[in-house]
Order: sequence, then C-alpha cells, then structure tokens
Amino acid sequence: MTIVDRTGQSHTVLAPTDMNMNLMELVRSYELAPEGTIGICGGMAMCASCQCYVTSSHHLEPMSEEEEAMLSEAFHLQDNSRLGCQIPITENLEGLKITLAPEE
Amino acid sequence: MQYVFTIAMIKTDILIIGAGPTGLFAVFEAGLLQLKCHIIDALPMPGGQLSELYPKKPIYDIPGFPEVLAGDLVHNLMEQIKPFSPGFTLGERAEKIDKQLDGSFIVTTDKGTAHHTKVVAIAGGLGSFEPKKPLIEGIESWEDKGVSYMIKDPEVYRDKKVLIAGGGDSALDWSIFLAEVASEVTLVHRRSEFRGALDSVEKVQALKNSGKINLITPAEVIGLAGDTHLNKVYIQKTGEEAPIELTVDAFIPLFGLSPKLGPIGAWGLEIEKNAIVVDNTLDYMTNIPGVYAIGDVNTYPGKLKLILCGFHEATLMCQSAYGRIFPNKRYVMKYTTVGGVTGFDGTKKEAPKAVVKKIE
Repeated sequence: MTIVDRTGQSHTVLAPTDMNMNLMELVRSYELAPEGTIGICGGMAMCASCQCYVTSSHHLEPMSEEEEAMLSEAFHLQDNSRLGCQIPITENLEGLKITLAPEE
Repeated sequence: MQYVFTIAMIKTDILIIGAGPTGLFAVFEAGLLQLKCHIIDALPMPGGQLSELYPKKPIYDIPGFPEVLAGDLVHNLMEQIKPFSPGFTLGERAEKIDKQLDGSFIVTTDKGTAHHTKVVAIAGGLGSFEPKKPLIEGIESWEDKGVSYMIKDPEVYRDKKVLIAGGGDSALDWSIFLAEVASEVTLVHRRSEFRGALDSVEKVQALKNSGKINLITPAEVIGLAGDTHLNKVYIQKTGEEAPIELTVDAFIPLFGLSPKLGPIGAWGLEIEKNAIVVDNTLDYMTNIPGVYAIGDVNTYPGKLKLILCGFHEATLMCQSAYGRIFPNKRYVMKYTTVGGVTGFDGTKKEAPKAVVKKIE
C-alpha cells in the first residue's frame, strides 16, 4: 500500500492481512504520524484523527452509520474521505493509495 | 515597592492532574497511605476520555470485570475513592507550575486557582480536551465577540439570536435548552442526520415543527461578519448557489473536543512522541523530582496505554510519593483485607472477623 503522510511524503508499506489490523493501526505501526495525533479514540470512530483520503480506485466496504456521522462533523472533508480505523486490511486492498488528512 | 498577596490556596499532599481512571485510582492508593489528594481536570466532570468519548461503550480488560461500561467504571472508581474525600478543581486547566524552595510545588490553573502540593502526579491521558475550531476564515477574531466554542453560562444568550453548528449530542442538547432562553435558535449541520441520543433528536424535531428551532441542513457556516461584535453569518446550503445571510448575536460551533498536551508541554518535562518520559524501573518519576507521570500520558520502553497499566503505575507512584513526603518513616505494605480501608471521612471498612467456635 502507499500512504502519503501529513508532510506530503509518500511511503510504500507492506500491510499484514493476518493481524486483524485496520488502516489507522497500519499507519501507527509504521509511525507515519506522531503518536497522539492519530487514533486518539483508539479506533471507535469517535474522533476523526485517522481521517484519510482514498486516492486509488479500490472498492471499499460502504461506511457504517457511525463512520458517516463522525465524518460529517470532521474538518478538511473531501468526497473520498474515510476513517482509517474503520477499514480492515484485506487482500483486495493490495495497492491501495491513501493520503492522511491534516490534523484537526 | 513590593506587594504581598495572601491567597487562599488549596493544600494537598498529592496534586493529580487528570480525573481519568488512573488519576482517580491514585486517590485510593494514596488514601491507603493516609495521603490526601486533590484533582484538577479541564473537563467539568470526572472520568476523562471514558466520560467524554465513550461512556456507553464496554471495556473487557479490567481485571475482575468480564465486561464493564466505561461510565460505570468511572462511577465505581468515584465510589471507591469516596472515603478519601478527594478535592476537585473541575473545568479548569493546569497552566503553571512553580517549584518552591522547600521542594513543594504551586500549580495554578487557567482560572487562577492555586494549589500548594508536596508532590505532583500528571495523569493527563492524551492531554486536556479542547474544543475543535471550525475552519472559517477569520473566526479567531470573533472569539469572545460573539463566537464561543462552549457554553459556560446559558443566561448570556437570554433574548439573543443564537446560531449553533454541529451534529452531535452537545449541539442538539444546547439547541433544545436555548430554545427556551434565546429569542431565536438556528441549528446548522452538514447533514440532515444527527448523531445524538434518539430522545434529543426527537425533541429537536418537535421544536422544529413548533417553530422554536430554525433548522438549516445540509448546510455549513462559511463566513462571519460584524463591526465590533459579530452580527451576521453566511450559511451555504448544499446544492444552492447563493449563501443565506442570517442576523445573529452569537455563533456557537460545537464540533466536539480534541485532546492537546497543552501548557504541561512547556513545564520543562522531557517529552517524546507527545508523551512524558518517565523511569519505569522505579516509580514513574519524570526528569523533575517530585513530578510523576502516570497512565496514558507517560512513555517508557514497552509502554502500553491500558487502564490496567495506569492502575499499576498509580500504585507504585504513591509508594514513591510517600517515601518523598516521609523520608524517615518505615513503611510495610498491608493488604486491604488485613488493614481495611480507613477513610478521611470517618468511615472504616474492614473484613469481618472469622468466627472461632467449637463444634460439639
């Protein structure tokens, strides 16, 4: 997967599919955003600190009501905004490209 | 000329910054050692993240609780520490720390409340929760001139025209409350769906139907105007060309809170990855002797941000604090089952004595 961090730098990383990990956790595992600035609520879709823009054309699972509601209150929103913590890593996300949204 | 001010100061043995689970449990462990605690928290209620972010969510890794709601855990902790009558300074943020010649500290909040303490324990979690500010050009210049991010005294809005923005519980609850106070309440949200308790959503619906709340959705506030005080807002409704111009006296954006390490970051503590570096081989003391950091706010090799780890850290911190406060006392740890719990409020809990009786 390719992750563009908040400074604009692009990172290509290996994403494990066997660890029950989501995109927010993937970013944290590679420390692509400082601790304390991403995944603040721990992955409950309650803070939007893991907002990212999906820039490849992968088909993602639709948003849950919780994710949609949280994003509706987030800033820097775009049409391709998602919460990283709500996207589990699966095989069909091979080659996914995301850009981390700015810190709120 | 020198002035000498005598300020009534709060005095305590351990000043805890942060009323989350770690800070609350520290009161219990300190109490067992007969040390008095006082807690400062920026939020108006105890519980930290558990109360602010997820009171209704379950936690499964508190030892002895197969499942407990975050809000219930806070309630239980408050009950557990009641005998030790902790003091609370809530709704204020710890701003300044001054070390005294005798090694004690004076910690002052943003509202000027001063606390004189022998030991400081920072249990600040992710930092103090501060309101998120929407990205509207020039919004900062209208702060305190019509724009506020939280409501401290609703009476300020009596007979005023108020605009609230947001889609969560606080936006809904304040719209409902102010509908009876303000002369006009307008609620703006980016979507037509709201993320609040069902009961609140229904109340807003009823108030909208009866004309007491003016609801504009899906829409966003995009501009602010006025002379010395805010008196106009521009609202862009999705799909419409021209923005709506609305005359208001106050604009209250309620987009939730986000934690920031804040002023503590400038206290001279060693900071790494937005956390305070401590010595975990001993007692979670920071680089400032007498100042400890426990729970999510600290970092050390192998750190885990878990409530149960915070409890452990709080316990060791209290033992170390006791040694600092009473360097000449010999202390032997006693199980609560053996020693009971003697409160500062005169209560005493202890295990019932075993019955020794002959069987004939």
